[in-house]
Amino acid sequence: MTENVLEVNDLTMHYMTRKGPVFAVDGVTFHVKRGEAIGLVGESGCGKTSIAISLLKLLPNNAKILNGEIKINDVDTVPLSDKEMNKYRWKNISMVFQAAMNSMNPVYSVEEQIAEAMREHMPHLSDQEMSEKIDYLFNLVGLDPALKTQYPHQYSGGMRQRAVIAMALSCDPDIIIADEPTTALDVIVQDAILKRIREIQEELNMAMIYISHDIAVIAEVSQRVGVMYAGKLVEMSSTEDIFHHPIHPYTMALMSSFPSIVGEKTELVTLAGEPPDLLNPPAGCRFHPRCPYATEICREQEPDFKEHAVGHYAACWHPGGAK
Amino acid sequence: MTQDNNTLVDVQNLSKLFPIGQGVFKQAESFVHAVSGVNLKIKRGESVGLVGESGCGKTTTGKLLTRLIDPSEGNIFLDTDEGRVDIAHMRGKEMKIFRRRVQMIFQDPYESMNPRLTIYDTVAEPLNVQGIGTVAEREARVSDLLETVGLTPASSFLFRYPHELSGGQRQRVAIARALVINPDFVVADEPTSMLDVSVRTGVMHLMQDLADRFGVTYLYITHDLAVARYMCDRIAVMYLGKIVEIGNTEDVLQHPKHPYTKALLSAVPVPDPTYTREPILIKGGISRPVDPEPRCRFYDRCPLADKICEGNDHPPLEDQGGGHLAACYHI
Repeated sequence: MTENVLEVNDLTMHYMTRKGPVFAVDGVTFHVKRGEAIGLVGESGCGKTSIAISLLKLLPNNAKILNGEIKINDVDTVPLSDKEMNKYRWKNISMVFQAAMNSMNPVYSVEEQIAEAMREHMPHLSDQEMSEKIDYLFNLVGLDPALKTQYPHQYSGGMRQRAVIAMALSCDPDIIIADEPTTALDVIVQDAILKRIREIQEELNMAMIYISHDIAVIAEVSQRVGVMYAGKLVEMSSTEDIFHHPIHPYTMALMSSFPSIVGEKTELVTLAGEPPDLLNPPAGCRFHPRCPYATEICREQEPDFKEHAVGHYAACWHPGGAK
Repeated sequence: MTQDNNTLVDVQNLSKLFPIGQGVFKQAESFVHAVSGVNLKIKRGESVGLVGESGCGKTTTGKLLTRLIDPSEGNIFLDTDEGRVDIAHMRGKEMKIFRRRVQMIFQDPYESMNPRLTIYDTVAEPLNVQGIGTVAEREARVSDLLETVGLTPASSFLFRYPHELSGGQRQRVAIARALVINPDFVVADEPTSMLDVSVRTGVMHLMQDLADRFGVTYLYITHDLAVARYMCDRIAVMYLGKIVEIGNTEDVLQHPKHPYTKALLSAVPVPDPTYTREPILIKGGISRPVDPEPRCRFYDRCPLADKICEGNDHPPLEDQGGGHLAACYHI
């Protein structure tokens, strides 16, 4: 087994629309080590979820992976057919979706829904073993196993989200992708679920990609963080670096525009303008129209995503605002 | 009763009950006490944050203060040029005049605008309804205000439709629409929670700017304590229809008194990987206040709950010093 459970190289995915291609994910490169939790942060429309559905190849009809490779345990899944990909879904890579209400079938009990994926991928399990495994999963995510025969509508929002996490864990995946799993929840419920996710991730030594727009949540769950802007991965490093020593001007602005309830009340920075339309992204660096450090070269040439310090990657001509 | 000249809105014992299981020939069996016995004074020019989890009654309170729904009980006094008026029992023509004084900004900039009206029509509508100004004056006022909220040049926005604008721009239109008739009091219900971080800060700054410039008083409803910290002079924490704590923003955030406020604060994630939060002591989740027992609303989840809390009514909001009020028997 290799060290990296997931390797993404130069991934490019576009949505084909009547108005032309939407450059949703463009030349994204990163890897996830075994047992590592990485965070993917960015604003709506920056391509976070597009990366997630590309990794699982749950793409809508108009989405095309144009370039790059996605290696799960060293196997490139991009050329695989849908049927072949099915062997990897749930078993090697699984996903927790944002809207827990919509990701469950209302006419099946929660137990049946979890069992469905297990039957497909672990046919050797007897009914007895399967039932025990579901009890184990329920305990793992902090639900009472007695509730497993109930239907999704009988659960509260927080319980439903826990059930969806149990489902994602059912086939012992190597890597789990969590797409804004706590966004719709209240802070106290969110706190309990985040805590549980952290514990499970450590306990099972499972790799995770946690996607969120909330940098405070990302700070709590990830060891490394990737920052996305307009379909590009613009910076990636250890969580500590991203929060305390960011070098991409977008990350720098993001960090200083996020209010916090602790510490001194600092002035919040306002970023001028709005994220670009990905039907027609700006030439050069996609952040240049909003960047306070932009110069001629930023308008003309796209910066490479390269290593500026050990393990600290960024795509910027003026890292840290340098001339 | 003492009347403070500086008080703009004075809410007294405000309640709203929603019936459950009511039918055409059937009386309601029970009631959700969405807002129950709320007292709140808001000073002129002040910005008060109303925070709490979903279902705590904060939006209902906002709707009551703008009279989008009618209260079951209580009074809402508004200080006007003609003296103190009670909004809670207003009707007809009086009501229409009142609408000039109080406006609302909604959460969802995609849902709160008529897709078939241009930006000009959207912003000018309150002026039309109230019959203020001539057409030329209205046009000038709308252009002026669009520039003020940062939609420049105004001429390029006037005749566009909501779908052509981004979320941040729409929320700016919503703010312009709320301010076009110079209201004294604006209820803003989660105005920035649908916006992205990089756009949100701009809208927050804009709302503060306008408050300073036009002397607008805000009731700012939000679930996000960090945003409330930047927007509000005072914060009121709601739990199941009751205000459990109120005080100056930094007092409440740095020295919370009520066990619920403490739990809420320690549940907020901090954007700093080196920071470790206090563990949360409360149990369970929020319920619905359906015919609540006559005891502290927080009893079931409170780590401090004992016989006193069980045997007595919901505790009154009492001053803990320096205008910091909390409703708890164990402080």
